[in-house]
Amino acid sequence: MKFFFRVLLLFTLIIGFQYNSYAAEKVEYLKTDWSFKGLFGKFDRGALQRGYQVYTEVCSSCHSMKYLSYRNLAEKGGPEFSEEQAKAIAASFEVKDGPNEDGEMFNRPGKLSDKFVMPYENIKAAQAANGGAYPPDMSVLVKARGGGVDYIYSLLQGYEDPPAGITLDDGVYYNKYMYGNKIKMANQLSDGLVTYGDGTNATVQQMSKDVTTFLMWAAEPHLESRHKMGFKAITYLIILTILVYFSMKKIWSRIETEV
Amino acid sequence: MSEHEYTPKSKVGKWFNDRLPLLTLANHLTDYPTPKNLNYWWTFGGILTFCLITQIVTGLVLAMHYIAHADMAFDSVEHIMRDVNYGWLIRYIHANGASMFFLAVYIHIFRSLFYGSYKSPREIIWIIGIIIYLLMMAAAFMGYVLPWGQMSFWGATVITNLFSAIPLVGEGIVTWLWGGYSVDNPTLTRFFTLHYLIPFLILGLVVLHIWALHVPGNNNPVGIDIKKPSKDTVPFHPYIVIKDGFALLMFMIVFAFFVFYTPNILGHADNYIEADPLVTPAHIVPEWYLLPFYAILRSVPDKLLGVVAMLSAILILAALPWLDTSKTRSAVFRPLYKQFYWILVADVLILGYVGAMPAEGLYLLVARVATAYYFLHFLLILPVLGLKEKTLPIPLSITDPVLGGSSNFSTAKNQTKIE
Repeated sequence: MKFFFRVLLLFTLIIGFQYNSYAAEKVEYLKTDWSFKGLFGKFDRGALQRGYQVYTEVCSSCHSMKYLSYRNLAEKGGPEFSEEQAKAIAASFEVKDGPNEDGEMFNRPGKLSDKFVMPYENIKAAQAANGGAYPPDMSVLVKARGGGVDYIYSLLQGYEDPPAGITLDDGVYYNKYMYGNKIKMANQLSDGLVTYGDGTNATVQQMSKDVTTFLMWAAEPHLESRHKMGFKAITYLIILTILVYFSMKKIWSRIETEV
Repeated sequence: MSEHEYTPKSKVGKWFNDRLPLLTLANHLTDYPTPKNLNYWWTFGGILTFCLITQIVTGLVLAMHYIAHADMAFDSVEHIMRDVNYGWLIRYIHANGASMFFLAVYIHIFRSLFYGSYKSPREIIWIIGIIIYLLMMAAAFMGYVLPWGQMSFWGATVITNLFSAIPLVGEGIVTWLWGGYSVDNPTLTRFFTLHYLIPFLILGLVVLHIWALHVPGNNNPVGIDIKKPSKDTVPFHPYIVIKDGFALLMFMIVFAFFVFYTPNILGHADNYIEADPLVTPAHIVPEWYLLPFYAILRSVPDKLLGVVAMLSAILILAALPWLDTSKTRSAVFRPLYKQFYWILVADVLILGYVGAMPAEGLYLLVARVATAYYFLHFLLILPVLGLKEKTLPIPLSITDPVLGGSSNFSTAKNQTKIE
């Protein structure tokens, strides 16, 4: 047993090294309780639905989510809108389809199978509309940033007046948590910006938490089944390991050597 | 290599075996006499076989869904993660499997270093092992390029650019490797092809590695030659099979923890950003298992010499059976070597650490000292130590020290210290 702990310790050290190295410029991120962390972590359904609302009403005017489809909104482990709700959401968007029999492109209401409609035709158009900065696609954004959910959550609340001595160009804003502190996205959230259907008070903190939860789900849509399966798999392995351990003891007891 | 001739009991079995002696082979594998004092460090051979097969099987499934095209690779990986049934599971097993593979291979290599398993008559096993290790690094590197994220792209750019250090033909070679004037679609498709090929080369070499092992038989913690079969050995089945199985299960628990609970901790966040040739990441770092060599590369100011140093750091291992002049195999009986061994382990860990840090200031200095020590260990300390060191008396058989029958008490005590 001692042996395995030694190996484990060694590996933990190696990971520790690497983990540290990525967070070379460390800032303390704002902390909050994420329901999806831990062995049995699950998404907070309400937060996901509210987060989707924040995304559509605020973020989606600039940020695409090209890997998500409207059907995902009704799938298990996600916001779990009812199928009717998801259909209604999809239908509220106009999707460009075609070409039809006359060779023309045409617009039609969205269907469950459609991908989330993109705010811009292409990256160039997105850059042109945003002072040269491309608002990144948010499908896997949480996994694409070193600090993960804590980073996004903090960034949304990290807008401040720049400290004395720092001058900002036009269209550049100061954010405590941004790499280099300069960000091209203006502060988007203010208290009461959206009106939540479930009566939750839409503070900046609440909206940040909801939309970050939504982004986490968008990046890891199978997180809940992963946690569930992980618990089963590891429990199974532990039981099997114990059984094999005793079998091994029994078999090796035929000879005098210890195992 | 079985001591006795094997004849199948059934008529059909005998008929078949006379034409293709598969049953003789199976009999050899089950009866294979194994030293009975092997400790758990010896279970990593079996674990590595498991890792290789896991990578091949999950890799096959991934290849069915992956698209090796610069415009579609990143999308197809997300397609696997979202829409392929259990695609997320397969991909996370494959990605974390690479790390687990390297974790196991490093333990396996350092076990050899401690117990002198590379020494005569096992030099060929060792050299095949080094070739496998080199191929593993190539496969892992190319595999990391396939998702076509930022770290994939820039890692590929940095590593392929190393070839440009070769005088005169360097630039030409790099263009040839890329299939163009930068890392692009042709690079991706050939990396995918090679990434698919290499594991099967490794599989073939693993067969040779085991074949070569079965000629002299396993080394053991005492490091002495033993008579086979004898009271010092046990048949491979069931004794070693169940022990390897137990260790493998322990290993799988750790593996499963990574896959299910922290699947991305060993990867770099930047690799979830699609490759962009116009944006260079702030720090380009390889995967953790390549960091020590990356540190050696960067610690040499000259590009060509850096590449030479990095390659020598690996290839020097192949010369190890001749660099280590000591006749005694196991470090258990080499009090001085044992200390230098642990210094080397620390040295490699330090190299790994500074490899992840920016190459400047104190980090660079530490990297240089550690690199120098690495080569010093193999080129000076080992040859001299083998000639000067006073080794402890070695028992005549495994059974002696275990039963306490050895006249040399200190030997028996040391024996118990290593599990």
